[in-house]
Amino acid sequence: MTQGCECSFPVEGENFDEAGKVSVEIKKMLKKIDIPDDVVRRAAIATYESEVNIISYAIQGTVNLQVTRDHILIDIQDTGPGISNIEQAMEQGYSTANDHIREMGFGAGMGLFNIKNCSDTFEISSEEGKGTHLKILINR
Amino acid sequence: MDMAFLVEKLGLTVRCGGDRLDREVSGGYAGDLLSNVMAGSKSGDVWVTCQAHQNIVAVSVLKEHAGIILTQGREPDKNTIERASQEGIPLLVTELSGFEIAGRIYNLLHP
Repeated sequence: MTQGCECSFPVEGENFDEAGKVSVEIKKMLKKIDIPDDVVRRAAIATYESEVNIISYAIQGTVNLQVTRDHILIDIQDTGPGISNIEQAMEQGYSTANDHIREMGFGAGMGLFNIKNCSDTFEISSEEGKGTHLKILINR
Repeated sequence: MDMAFLVEKLGLTVRCGGDRLDREVSGGYAGDLLSNVMAGSKSGDVWVTCQAHQNIVAVSVLKEHAGIILTQGREPDKNTIERASQEGIPLLVTELSGFEIAGRIYNLLHP
């Protein structure tokens, strides 16, 4: 792999055993390309939080990764309950996680906040009863 | 300072990654909320936590931690040991509380 790539990873809802698998794989891929450490670090955090969100709340989802000469685009789409109030969901500490999720140390209401912090451009859209779509752009 | 030094000075028990104790420790982070650790910890940190399930390994791999210390005698799940072994992350346990072990690590890092 030289400058760029495009690939897609499925993520299964409720499968906590696999949490982090996609992010670790993506991080390893990015480290093989000539990308600054800080950019890899931010992409890894954003992917991890997105992956955990799918597992925690959605039925299934897909992490699409596009690496170009200028940027890394992480595009995440899930099928699930969606988010009724995006503004509230973006607040640090706001969470709808159940006790099981919280006991494992997830669901602290920091996921979307962390993702936004790691992005140069962040877009989120959601439809109740259908799913959520995130677009995370990080400049190289 | 490497992980082997911490193991020796703090009497930690190695559950896996004994062959990777040459990893350099540049700092530490204590926390049980995974998102908080993802956001706040740094590469080279030793992570102090009471979470023993396998998901801690992915966090450590992504953040390039020097190792993980489980506190208050918590034992890692079988899957946690397997994953940490695969990824080469040292997994250590102590009977001490998170507060006590973090304090001792801090003193070793900042004599």
